[in-house]
Amino acid sequence: MAVGKEIRTKIKSVKNTQKITRAMEMVAASKMRRAQEKMQATRPYSNKMRSVVSHLAHAHPEYQHPYMQQRDVKRVGVIVVSSDRGLCGGLNTNLLRATVVDMKEWNDANIKINICTVGKKAGSFFSRFGGNVVADISGLGDRPEVADIIGAVKVMLDAFDKGEIDALHLVYNEFVNTMTQNPNNLQLLPIQAESEKELEHHWDYMYEPEAKEVLDALLMRYIESLVYQGIVENLACEQAARMVAMKSASDNAGDIITDLQRVYNKARQAAITQEISEIVGGAAAIQ
Amino acid sequence: MATTVQVDIVSAESEIFSGPAEMVFAPAVMGEVGILPRHAPLLTHLKPGEVRVRKEDGEEEAFYVSGGILEVQPHVVITVLSDTAVRAKDIDEAAALEAKQRAEQALEDQGSEFEYAQAGRELAEAVAQLHALQRLRKKVGR
Repeated sequence: MAVGKEIRTKIKSVKNTQKITRAMEMVAASKMRRAQEKMQATRPYSNKMRSVVSHLAHAHPEYQHPYMQQRDVKRVGVIVVSSDRGLCGGLNTNLLRATVVDMKEWNDANIKINICTVGKKAGSFFSRFGGNVVADISGLGDRPEVADIIGAVKVMLDAFDKGEIDALHLVYNEFVNTMTQNPNNLQLLPIQAESEKELEHHWDYMYEPEAKEVLDALLMRYIESLVYQGIVENLACEQAARMVAMKSASDNAGDIITDLQRVYNKARQAAITQEISEIVGGAAAIQ
Repeated sequence: MATTVQVDIVSAESEIFSGPAEMVFAPAVMGEVGILPRHAPLLTHLKPGEVRVRKEDGEEEAFYVSGGILEVQPHVVITVLSDTAVRAKDIDEAAALEAKQRAEQALEDQGSEFEYAQAGRELAEAVAQLHALQRLRKKVGR
């Protein structure tokens, strides 16, 4: 029967699409689990780092590191963390929108901006949108390593050392849960002293070989660990967002298939009814 | 039982060791240091090498670190913040340069994209002019 050939073809194509989105959903689910584990794994390091740095902020070493001094902000550096791939719902859009809002605020306050992009999406956005992009990292994949980000972070830290920028911010997606990811803007430099609760244990360290050298190395790693954590967290967000987006795509495909199937059945039934009535009519005419 | 000190060895990518120890040896930049419980607060830079932890049962466990930071807190806690990557000044420089170049390249690509748009517009204009000319010619020919 030649009824509804087009509809059948359409149903088939939607079914194929559904297969793909369902596969992507499952891949994203397993990658998300791995990314979350990775996110957990980075916690001990950054917690330790944070406690050391907060001790340092409260201790009064003979040497005050520039990273801890507040300066008049004339130009600010921003590290924008995005994903390399799309098809993850509104994740990157929301993040970039939040970034642009922050950038507008800085613009209004007559503060200039240096941008460092992480991930292809942020890179291509700023090349269209405009902006002073000074460094770029992309192609990190599903297992980013600290070694991958050292270069770009160094560009920003060098700029801070030279006084080209007076503050450094990190914009990334914060992983709340599988359904919720929030754009977050974190100030990396100058380092803000953490809560005062550690103050009761107040001491100063011995530095070996010298305060400056040790602090340089320590604070550089501190910033890197924060950026790394932001990237890992953003990765977990990306997979979670993709999983949710692909799930709703599969559900929508299912709805479309149901509707099309109904239209197809109706057309088929109408054709059969018509044929029967034609036969009956023909038979009646002969009699 | 001898007094012990809580030792945590962590890297940016994972936790490596956590537990009590009698003594810790670490390759500080000024030479190897051995740290016993109740050591004074210390912050030092490590070079690539072996961190050895002597545990309560006298057994020694060794971990390779490619540099990092060693912190001793007065309340019997030792933390080794290990690097995951081999760090050297020139390697860092090279990485920084690469990141910069990528950004510049992205900007250049943007340039070529822009030219595309401009060329597209010029083409559209030329086509429109051609159409107008053809129409005029038809009118005159009639």
